[in-house]
Amino acid sequence: MRWREVCRWEALRPELGAPVLVDGHLIALFRTEDGELYALGNVDPVSSASVMSRGIVGDRAGEPVVASPMHKQVFSLRSGRCLDVTHPELALPTYAVRRQGDVVEIGLP
Amino acid sequence: MTRTLVVVGHGMVGHRFVTAFRARDHERRWRVIVLGEERHPAYDRVGLSSYLDGRGLADLRLDDGELAGDTAVDLRLGVVAESIDRATRTVWTSAGTPVRYDALVLATGSRPFVPPVPGHDLPGCFAYRTVDDLDRIRAASGEARDGVVVGGGLLGLEAANALRLLGLRTQVVEMADWLMPLQVDEGGGHTLGRLVERLGLVVHTGSGTGAVEAGQDGRTRAVRLTDGTEVPADLVVFSAGIRARDELARAAGLPVGERGGVLVDETCRTEDPRVWAVGECAAVAGRTYGLVAPGYAMAETVVDRLLGGSATFGGAEPATKLKLLGVDVASFGDAHSTTPGALDVVHANAASGTYTKLVLSDDARTLLGGVLVGDAGAYPTLRALLGRPLPASPEEVLAPVGGGGLSADAVPDDATVCSCHNVSKGDVTAAITEHGLTDVAGVKRCTLAGTGCGSCVPMLGGLLAGCGVEPDRALCEHFRHTRAELYEIVRATGITTFSELVRTHGAGRGCDVCKPVVASILAGLAGGHVLSEDQAGLQDTNDRFLANIQRNGTYSVVPRIPGGEITPEKLITIGEVARDFGLYTKITGGQRIDLFGARVEQLPLIWRRLVDAGFESGHAYGKALRTVKSCVGTDWCRYGVGDSVAMAIRLELRYRGLRAPHKIKAGVSGCARECAEARSKDFGVIATEKGWNLYVGGNGGFTPRHAELLAADLDDRALIALVDRFLMFYIRTADRLQRTAAWIGAMEGGLEHLRAVVVDDSLGIAEELEAAMERHVGEYADEWAGVLADPEKVARFVSFVNSPDVPDPTIRFTTERGQIRPGATDGPVPLPLPVIRPEAVRA
Repeated sequence: MRWREVCRWEALRPELGAPVLVDGHLIALFRTEDGELYALGNVDPVSSASVMSRGIVGDRAGEPVVASPMHKQVFSLRSGRCLDVTHPELALPTYAVRRQGDVVEIGLP
Repeated sequence: MTRTLVVVGHGMVGHRFVTAFRARDHERRWRVIVLGEERHPAYDRVGLSSYLDGRGLADLRLDDGELAGDTAVDLRLGVVAESIDRATRTVWTSAGTPVRYDALVLATGSRPFVPPVPGHDLPGCFAYRTVDDLDRIRAASGEARDGVVVGGGLLGLEAANALRLLGLRTQVVEMADWLMPLQVDEGGGHTLGRLVERLGLVVHTGSGTGAVEAGQDGRTRAVRLTDGTEVPADLVVFSAGIRARDELARAAGLPVGERGGVLVDETCRTEDPRVWAVGECAAVAGRTYGLVAPGYAMAETVVDRLLGGSATFGGAEPATKLKLLGVDVASFGDAHSTTPGALDVVHANAASGTYTKLVLSDDARTLLGGVLVGDAGAYPTLRALLGRPLPASPEEVLAPVGGGGLSADAVPDDATVCSCHNVSKGDVTAAITEHGLTDVAGVKRCTLAGTGCGSCVPMLGGLLAGCGVEPDRALCEHFRHTRAELYEIVRATGITTFSELVRTHGAGRGCDVCKPVVASILAGLAGGHVLSEDQAGLQDTNDRFLANIQRNGTYSVVPRIPGGEITPEKLITIGEVARDFGLYTKITGGQRIDLFGARVEQLPLIWRRLVDAGFESGHAYGKALRTVKSCVGTDWCRYGVGDSVAMAIRLELRYRGLRAPHKIKAGVSGCARECAEARSKDFGVIATEKGWNLYVGGNGGFTPRHAELLAADLDDRALIALVDRFLMFYIRTADRLQRTAAWIGAMEGGLEHLRAVVVDDSLGIAEELEAAMERHVGEYADEWAGVLADPEKVARFVSFVNSPDVPDPTIRFTTERGQIRPGATDGPVPLPLPVIRPEAVRA
């Protein structure tokens, strides 16, 4: 795993996604209210637009989720899977992410 | 031993038969083979024209895969039954395949009747019954401009709707003196005719079709009526009645009715004890039925008989409720008042386009039938009271039109609520209490009521309420409240953040449903910038970037142009900004200019230029006031009687930035010619000789609706006071994403109640509503200026937080007609695969 610094911890506001670019990967970075970090692919599989970081973050039955800002499909922040019964086949790639002191890092294999 | 049941026909009745049969044959004593002539599995033929309004076949389909997944059912589509050999109990298909049966059910339906007038078979003439017919009509409609429908009955009006949806100028020819002569009486037919003509259709009644004339190309050119009139027709659709498809039975030596149809007894059995007939192809005791509900009842009868029951089909009172061309039409019982001594009680309102007739027995006590046109809200209740004493005077039953007069409580327990499935009111209320049902879906599942034609569904809601069940109106899994209740909670508690609200009154962390709702409520009550630290994460992407997201992830920018009035200098600024940032420009329907194709990181740069030139946010992105459209009014127009531009600007500046349950559009016209199309808006103002008329609840979109008059001849001050109250009352009480039209429609008491609250102050809240609006006006500040003044907010408009100088590589444009447009994408953009480096693996 190769870790790359992407932003300051303080710059990442709770429940407000941020887009990052790491080695050509378009990644949406999220910090939830409880301080957990998540990193998913930023490209919405339905519209092909790079917009997932702009979705609303919340939960579905306790599972942290983000809703696509384009057509509202809901994806798990943990697994990247689409939780809508109509689109069970959709999924976003997930990335390794961690906090190292004041900074947030994305890990690529 | 398993026996074989063969069903010929997979239309609506054939499908109903098979599903009802399978639902009851628990032991799988029968194997079912269905032969369907059409390529498609059963679909809703009654609403066929909606195939053309963008919904397509999938939405019309009756089978949600249940038959395909049922191993006891063998559904063979595109298979034509050619003959029946009763001696060997075999159906032969046109492919020469024998299909053996132990029991045979004919559900072959009917065929359209095409009158043998000269030219009826010219290219350009069509029948109207199947999806394939519609495909053919659509294919031919490309170059056609004028369409004629022969037949103004139920199917004819459906066909007319189909032609209208295809963009044809459509005329309807009906031989009788009014439309739908079988179902409605003369008064109802004329009301229907006027409503249909309001939609732009031309109706010819009292004249037959003489001939279809050909043009030089050999295709249809015109229809000549028997009175000599010539009607242009590039396309002619015949829907002048139906004929039962009884040819299979005829050829097999089975008796048919005098007027066609496979002759069956009251159990729907032919003289051959193994052969049955249901639906439009059957003549029960000699009588055929052209509606789906009796067909369903026949299907249920045969299901019961085959499984050892003793059901009979006792005939069906013709009863139907339909929405044709968006017009409600219903009739039931003795609609034509043919019972000796029958008394008519009629309520007609030519202005609103409604007609209601009750047919009563000679002592004026028993309901024998009725006709409803324009508003059939009372139909389920009246239908259930058929043959019974009226629970109130006829005047009370009729007024107010809209069905408010009688509630579900007025219906006796043993009265039939759902005639498709023969479910009584008592059956429904018993199921509600026994199974603890809480919603209409549960009632449908448990009793089957409402799953046929659906006309009793509103009554099921009434019965639930009558049993003390409150419908589940929770916003989402995080709040048990409605939007209006949350508004009151925030107002009463003074809570200013989502986190506090969800902690004290909800559960979890919220979602894309409740967060924007709460953001909108907080914007109105708590104030502060919509992108403040607390609120930014609650906003939909449009509100989060104060621009409208487009298909490729770029945004469009709409500066406010109040009333559509703009100086040449400002126009030049917009042009320069668009040119410098390479944006696509288009004039909007709300009299302003939309600039498309802006990347997130360009938005603050674009707005710096616009704000410096005196522009402010147009809120095109928000559930908020959009525009107040205006005509040029008295300043320039020689007809104008009021200064519509000045009033539009005044209203737009007063209500700009007002967050609401949904977008709000408005218009001001300077005279009754209504060039600003104000009556298609949430609120519309039209100048009169004495002041202003205020209309509310108009809508364009999927269900267009004209705004209705709230108050007349107002001076400026009174007008603004009423609009203040109207908008604030809407913001406080409407549901999430409910436009004003739907809000008024759902309001108990409707427009009258709204007028009582807003104009007559029946709740005593007018002063409070006006004060709330004054607060909004006083606290308004331009959102974009607010962003530009705060570096932290500007910093969120970035392509990548770790590479702000790199633009999003997925955004591409091509050019068309001299401007940019999103580049073609076919399917998801391929994502780069993770690069695996040997040293990383070894480490």
